[in-house]
Amino acid sequence: MNELPQQLVNGLLLGSMYGLVAIGYTMVYGIVQLINFAHGEIFMTGAFGALSVYLWVLPDGTTMWVALPLMLIGAILVSVIVAVGAERLAYRPLRGAPRLAPLITAIGLSLALQQAVWAWYPEAKSARTFPQIDGGPFHLGNVTIQTGDIFLFAAAPISMAVLAYFVMKTRTGRGMQATAQDPDTAKLMGVNTDRIIVIAFALGATFAAVGGVAYGLKYGQIDYKMGFILGLKAFTAAVLGGIGNIYGAMIGGVVLGVAETLATAYIADIPGMDKFGSQSWADVWAFVLLILVLLFRPQGLLGERVADRA
Amino acid sequence: MRQRSLIAITAALAAGALTLTACGSRDSGDKGSDSGSGGTTVVIGVDAPLTGDLSALGLGIKNSVDLAAKTANKEDYVKGITFEIQALDDQGQPSSGQQNATKLVADKSVLGVVGPLNSSVAESMQKVFDDAKLVEVSPANTNPALTQGTNWQTSKARPYKSYFRTATTDAIQGPFAAQYLFNDAKKKKVFVIDDKKTYGAGLAATFTEEFKKLGGTVAGSEHINPDTKDFSAVATKVKNSGADVVYYGGEYPQAGPLSKQIKAAGAKIPVIGGDGIYSADFIKLAGATATGDLATSVGAPVEELPSAKEFVANYKAAGYKEAYEAYGGYSYDSGWAIIEAVKKVVEDNGGKLPSDARAKVSEAMQNVSFDGVTGKVSFDEYGDATNKQLTVYAVKNGAWESVKSGTYTG
Repeated sequence: MNELPQQLVNGLLLGSMYGLVAIGYTMVYGIVQLINFAHGEIFMTGAFGALSVYLWVLPDGTTMWVALPLMLIGAILVSVIVAVGAERLAYRPLRGAPRLAPLITAIGLSLALQQAVWAWYPEAKSARTFPQIDGGPFHLGNVTIQTGDIFLFAAAPISMAVLAYFVMKTRTGRGMQATAQDPDTAKLMGVNTDRIIVIAFALGATFAAVGGVAYGLKYGQIDYKMGFILGLKAFTAAVLGGIGNIYGAMIGGVVLGVAETLATAYIADIPGMDKFGSQSWADVWAFVLLILVLLFRPQGLLGERVADRA
Repeated sequence: MRQRSLIAITAALAAGALTLTACGSRDSGDKGSDSGSGGTTVVIGVDAPLTGDLSALGLGIKNSVDLAAKTANKEDYVKGITFEIQALDDQGQPSSGQQNATKLVADKSVLGVVGPLNSSVAESMQKVFDDAKLVEVSPANTNPALTQGTNWQTSKARPYKSYFRTATTDAIQGPFAAQYLFNDAKKKKVFVIDDKKTYGAGLAATFTEEFKKLGGTVAGSEHINPDTKDFSAVATKVKNSGADVVYYGGEYPQAGPLSKQIKAAGAKIPVIGGDGIYSADFIKLAGATATGDLATSVGAPVEELPSAKEFVANYKAAGYKEAYEAYGGYSYDSGWAIIEAVKKVVEDNGGKLPSDARAKVSEAMQNVSFDGVTGKVSFDEYGDATNKQLTVYAVKNGAWESVKSGTYTG
């Protein structure tokens, strides 16, 4: 059992990344009831944005401590531009349409963005290496933490705190809450709902971009398909935590990440279960957990009152 | 009004998407451009992953076959016949492979196909080709079941008469790695990981069997999900298992990050895999800690064979953008085997292609024998290469270096 702390850290890191991406799903859903399946690709374009800054904006050999903040800004810029562009060109014209229309549009957009990066980003036809932070790893007892993971450890809680402050304390944040509760009434009260929706997309993209940079630092490589599975997992995390609830997104992400990791590590040790314990089964166990949670709490772990929403 | 703008945008998006698809397939219609002496044109189909994770290997295959076709045209090797290649992209997906197979079968000028890279893709293509009696020579498939039937361990039976390969099988490659690790590298405790694909799982199984037979212990085993890049949980398990080596059955897109994460988790032990990780991209993805990682690959190192010097020089002279990678020599030999078979058929028929050329070429393939890039090329009664040489490579100074070549005799 001495590997438990390490496995929990592994799960926490994976979960934090799910959580950062899940925020975007949950915010957009909370406000426009759209499942933005292209969000995984916004995460991916963020990572490529950061790489572009490193490759073509910064002089060669810039130390990561200088490069990282600039890469982060590049990632956020690219993600926000893509997300706001998507909202303006693909989703807003469909706002009055039946729910399925924007959903299908989102899937199409997701494929289009993947292929665009594949076709036009230099050498993106196979994985591209992402710059790494030197030094490390760090040891805490028998837990090893990689240098690249430090970023994720810091970024996830900070992002969460910033987001909570923004939504709860600022005027725009309260406008978002109002729009989420009842868009028509919010409009009557003078909230510019179009603007609020754009802000929701932009905020979601910002966190996805942070997640994209964290992914690059953690795994050392990014590719045009990286957003697909991760987006799916993040969406699952958002549902698990209660879609529409920003804290739920992070909690759902962490629960999902830890569940996957522990399933990989321990299921095989249960007598008779050795066939179902490998990493290839981890997703199955993660979804078993999702089903169980939804059976007993259909609104998700921290879900909002679904009844209001009918 | 609103409706109209919606239609306009949908149309614009659709047009955009179509443009992208068009971009995506620009590689696939690429035909060899040397038209030599005129006369009949014979097309050699190529099926390999030309895009995506495995494209480094796939493009090497395509270029090498192209080189074989061009060389035959230049030498006017088969009188009255001009060879062309038609390369299709399977992205490593069995479903795409089958579509490509159907497409190649429909083109009557295709008399032979080189490919695919992946054993799982080959499984989906074999029947389509066999029904059309179209010969298929794979430079890279290593799963024993493809030539010797699913019960190859107990009773060998060849499922498809039209399928041949120049690569050696996992039935040899896995045990060869086991013997090297146990006898030469003195590793006694292995952690076995595979990706559950036909190739990876097959390799891991034959490796494990031989390693246990030699007296080694298996400290643990694990199957990874090839869609993810997060192997941290598996890496921690490897570290705590106390294994002194990791065997990975699978391909480099996963093996690279896996090796990196195992070392990062604190297990300073080598990762060894089959020909699927023998790629420069593995080293790129695994990073600096890849030093000491091992791979077995079929045949002797192409650079060291005298027969291969000419191939390497010609490949360079032809100016291909991509390296020939692990399967270049085998791909050239596969292409050349088809050319030899076509030559035999044409010569037997008085210098013309017979009307049932495909069936005749398939038959002729069985008796093809020539000195190729990788040594003597000929096929046994199952369609397997008779050349059963293998080499162990290790990562040194950021490149693969050959450590030991040998033949596995069982």
